[in-house]
Amino acid sequence: MLGSGFDLSPALPEAFLFVAGLALLAVAAWRERQANGFTLPLVALSFLVAALLLLGRDPTPTLAFDGHFVADGFANFVKVLILLAAAGSLLLAPAWLSDEGVERFEFPLLALFSTLGMAMMVSANSLLALYMALELHSLPLYVLAAFKRDEIRATEAGLKYFVLGALASGLLLYGCSLVYGFTGTLRFDVLASTFAGKGGAVLPLGAIVGLVFVVAGLAFKLAAVPFHMWTPDVYEGAPTPVTAFLTAAPKLAAFALLLRLLFQPFATYVDEWQQVVILVAVASMLLGAFAAIGQSNIKRLMAYSSIGHVGYALVGVAAGTGEGVHAVLVYLGIYLVMSIGTFGCILMMRRQGRYVEAIQDLAGLSRSRPLMALALALFMFSLAGIPPLAGFFGKLYVFLAAIRADLVWLAVVGVLTSVIGAFYYLRIVKIMYFDEPAESFDPLPRPGLGLVVAATAVLVAGFPLLPGPLVESAQAAARSLLGS
Amino acid sequence: MTIALFVFYVFALVTTASAVMVIAARNPVHSVLFLILAFVSSAGLFVLLGAEFLAMVLVVVYVGAVAVLFLFVVMMLDIDFVQLREGFLQYLPVGALVGLVLLVELALVFGTQAVETAAVDMPPTAPPGVTNTEALGSLLYTRYFYLFQTAGAILLVAIVGAITLTLRHRPDAKRQDISRQVHRRPSDTLEVRKVRPRSGI
Repeated sequence: MLGSGFDLSPALPEAFLFVAGLALLAVAAWRERQANGFTLPLVALSFLVAALLLLGRDPTPTLAFDGHFVADGFANFVKVLILLAAAGSLLLAPAWLSDEGVERFEFPLLALFSTLGMAMMVSANSLLALYMALELHSLPLYVLAAFKRDEIRATEAGLKYFVLGALASGLLLYGCSLVYGFTGTLRFDVLASTFAGKGGAVLPLGAIVGLVFVVAGLAFKLAAVPFHMWTPDVYEGAPTPVTAFLTAAPKLAAFALLLRLLFQPFATYVDEWQQVVILVAVASMLLGAFAAIGQSNIKRLMAYSSIGHVGYALVGVAAGTGEGVHAVLVYLGIYLVMSIGTFGCILMMRRQGRYVEAIQDLAGLSRSRPLMALALALFMFSLAGIPPLAGFFGKLYVFLAAIRADLVWLAVVGVLTSVIGAFYYLRIVKIMYFDEPAESFDPLPRPGLGLVVAATAVLVAGFPLLPGPLVESAQAAARSLLGS
Repeated sequence: MTIALFVFYVFALVTTASAVMVIAARNPVHSVLFLILAFVSSAGLFVLLGAEFLAMVLVVVYVGAVAVLFLFVVMMLDIDFVQLREGFLQYLPVGALVGLVLLVELALVFGTQAVETAAVDMPPTAPPGVTNTEALGSLLYTRYFYLFQTAGAILLVAIVGAITLTLRHRPDAKRQDISRQVHRRPSDTLEVRKVRPRSGI
């Protein structure tokens, strides 16, 4: 009865995560009181176990489940990053959850199912698998955004995110159905061989329209301009640990999906999608640079900053080369670390038992909490792209890839917008080091938050000393994606 | 053949007409009733296509569950639908114009070229002797097993999410706790007193 399509082994990490999620859910449902405390560390642990399962895997592409699922070197690399980022951002949460009185076991479990969806997005090899994985990843995020259900800002954020996410899913599905209708297949590898067999013949118009719709739907998930409207409100309204989770792993998963779609089935039609990606990249970089200047809330500022960073990463996609893919992966790997560290610092902004979010609350931090000020300053310099830090190298790779692909003007726009963007990052450093001190923050109740921030700060500062692991494995992943 | 054609047109006409009535009816309860009619006649269309399993599912799930749920919602929520509809005529011309332009554009895009399927032929129909239900089931649990399980995971997340966002434990609610009842001992709750005659406790 069971054919070769039932070999589970390529999807072993996903299967492990799924079973772990079900088991934890069953245990937590029976032992609710105790479960609120122990579920979160166990979920983080299961992320690490799944990442370990991925490390020793063979990078040759293996299809599973009748071609809906593919495991290759690219998927392995991206999944390890996603799992580490998800574990890191989850470990920021416990102190906040108990302080705000919402320490409930559903929080880590929803994060687990969302991360499972992200891993499946990275391995999706058909239009249907793409859509299902995307829904599994975003549905828990809508709930998490509204997790503090008694606060009006959080419920508003959850509702906005849900409605706009549903709209994006509609666009994406419409595009999928057009591509399917005009090509007759759902699977990426069959699409690729069909297009290659046609030898560069013109893509049917309907399939182009469908591709544009799919890219638009993914741009919604990435929060790239002009599909970014939901981002500032959702980032500001959602609970801070959820915002930290949102900026890290989901961005990487959506990028991986976009890369696989554009560089595998539609690789022969670079000219058709390149202009769309360039437009979105330029618009995102410009908006990220200018709109963040006037912000006074640090979460809102980080929302605009993330839009800008998506724009820089899209520059690498627009290059349309293997070097571009490599640059995008390095850029995102570095961005994950910086954003988790920054949100760790934001979660330390607690005064007399209440969490504060205004940038002015950081005034004079260098005198009251020198270490925290140093870490935040490191992240800000790195986000701005100041040389010896990791963020500079991410931008360097992306812009170099664009220049080598004869898109010099795009790299110039990127450099100019990062100079403008540097203004608001440096303003935060100035407020911390040169303004009159405000009241000092509460001491840290638990060491977990401090450890994550310290680890990310060391990674950001130490990247130039040891760039090898990230850069080389990203190179191998890019090669695996392009099949060379 | 002509009878089948006649039946098809009857069902198609009823489906379209009742779909129009769903949005045109003034009374929301009438809208839901027309929705049920639309579901039932589309089930008839499925039967004509030879997809009797889908027809059954449509009646059972959509008429039996979804439409009844809608009816409950419509009757329980106190929404003034007339007020919601007030701006309808005002927005109608612009909305119709936008819709018309979209339609023309889509026709221009797709009308200029014939639909060509590039990769594989249309999906094969089930061999004779295999029923609809069997064919669907064997596809869902073999070729589309992965997607089927993913759909299950999504539904599980939906349940967990709905409970997370809405369930409130009420401490004042009186619930039965069987193990507490069984473990209750007389010595915990009973007190034996000697009552003297004519004096009370």
